[in-house]
Amino acid sequence: MEIDPFIFRLSIFILSIFVGYYVVWSVTPSLHTPLMSVTNAISSVIIVGAIIAALATTSEVGFSSSSIFGYLAIILAAVNIFGGFLVTQRMLQMYKKKKDKK
Amino acid sequence: MISSNLSAVFYLISGILFILALRGLSSPDTSRQGNYFGIAGMTIAIIVTFLSIGNFSSSFLYVLILLILGGSIGAFIAFKIPMTAMPELVAGFHSLVGLAAVFVAIAAFLNPEVFNLGVSGNIKLASLIEMCIGAAVGAITFSGSIIAFLKLRGIMSGAPITFSGQHYLNLILGLGIFVMIFYLCKTQSENIFWTLIAVSFLIGILLIIPIGGADMPVVISMLNSYSGWAAAGIGFTLENTALIITGALVGSSGAILSYIMCKAMNRSFFSVILGGFGADNSHSDTNEKKDQKPVKSGNAEDAAFLMKNASSVIIVPGYGMAVAQAQHALREMVDKLKKNDIKVTYAIHPVAGRMPGHMNVLLAEANVPYDEVFELEDINNDFANSDVAFVIGANDVTNPVAKTDPKSPIFGMPVLDVEKCKSVLFVKRSLSPGYAGIDNELFYRDNTLMLFADAKKMTEDIVKNLD
Repeated sequence: MEIDPFIFRLSIFILSIFVGYYVVWSVTPSLHTPLMSVTNAISSVIIVGAIIAALATTSEVGFSSSSIFGYLAIILAAVNIFGGFLVTQRMLQMYKKKKDKK
Repeated sequence: MISSNLSAVFYLISGILFILALRGLSSPDTSRQGNYFGIAGMTIAIIVTFLSIGNFSSSFLYVLILLILGGSIGAFIAFKIPMTAMPELVAGFHSLVGLAAVFVAIAAFLNPEVFNLGVSGNIKLASLIEMCIGAAVGAITFSGSIIAFLKLRGIMSGAPITFSGQHYLNLILGLGIFVMIFYLCKTQSENIFWTLIAVSFLIGILLIIPIGGADMPVVISMLNSYSGWAAAGIGFTLENTALIITGALVGSSGAILSYIMCKAMNRSFFSVILGGFGADNSHSDTNEKKDQKPVKSGNAEDAAFLMKNASSVIIVPGYGMAVAQAQHALREMVDKLKKNDIKVTYAIHPVAGRMPGHMNVLLAEANVPYDEVFELEDINNDFANSDVAFVIGANDVTNPVAKTDPKSPIFGMPVLDVEKCKSVLFVKRSLSPGYAGIDNELFYRDNTLMLFADAKKMTEDIVKNLD
């Protein structure tokens, strides 16, 4: 009997939870704030769904009610992507080692 | 247009790049590289999506314009935001992810054909359930984060808002969500879908209003986690590997952070979520013992004298430092001390501040090298061998009562052993108790000198007196 593709996605999902579990425990506590901002940025990969909703319309006009929600979601996700990665970068730039002991 | 198999491979690659982005954060040295991996992963995901749709008509142009518009807003915020406002920024960003998830779910519900989910009015059962979970969790994330944002920003009072029957109401609404999903699957009715989203918004609000200010680290981590689960729910709907992997990563990351924060307060996750910490222990007898005990208070000159004659100083920052924006003055003070060959280190309690790692970011902003900053377990033994502990804006996390009084509401919470230092300098505006509503025994000890002032002003005065 063929396996439902859903099971494959579920497997990926559960394995990723385990990967996330081990990776996040190894994050140093002093970087927990950048961790939150970068996870926030990557979860905006939801923009993929928004782009599909906006562009993959069947009609030629391109402005169905569903595509409008897509466009709105694109703005929200874009704010997050740029804001999230840039603010993370800004924070990480500040973490420096002791240069020299005077 | 590229084949769906090829695009699935690329989505997998971007998922792996996201894993590497988090992996980079295991040390500050590799963290910047990690962030580039994250950016690369996102770029791949977006480009592959454009290519797989293959629609480069005028709507593609609109998408690009909106991307740039949203991107510039994001970039503007990222560069302008002061580091002290990081908790509310993160809360605000979480709300956007939540709302985006809701919008994508709505789009999929209204036009399932483009997502290959069946036809409107007859959406595949599994997709419908996934979509509803994504929308409901997204909506809870959105409204909950908005409340967290308002509380952190000070627009809304940080005090817990509780009313009788609150937990029952939440329970009923929560069960209502499941009932609605069940009926939605049976009837495919659009009205039920809208009600579902509205009720989820309401739950988000009700869930966060009873939680007080100092529990915010848990709340932010929890909302972080929710935003991940929402993304994963949408990922299942869209059958998109990148979204599923990312959702799982973010979900577990937020859950771990919540766990660490709860552990650091010795409270169960549920007691935080059920809220009303301040209200819970109003009958606690520690409050009534607040009679006139002698307190030694001093001024900046005394503090400067004490520290100048010390050989090692440990700084314990807390939320008060963030409020007063005292981190730069603090760094100046430490520089002066170091010039006098005094060893200075920083001790950070996991729940100091309003979000995980809050203090570390502020110290990093003030150019404090990260190898001088230590976590609770790494530094706690050093207090006994140090001359001065300089507590600036922290309170409950230093209270020795957590170790001695089993009746205290914070009993069992890991605390910094500042009282073991030869002398303790405590910068605080007044003797008022901290968030937990209990008196800090430390104030009345012989080796404690209270410095009653605004954290920034006091630190600046000490700097002047160190010359």
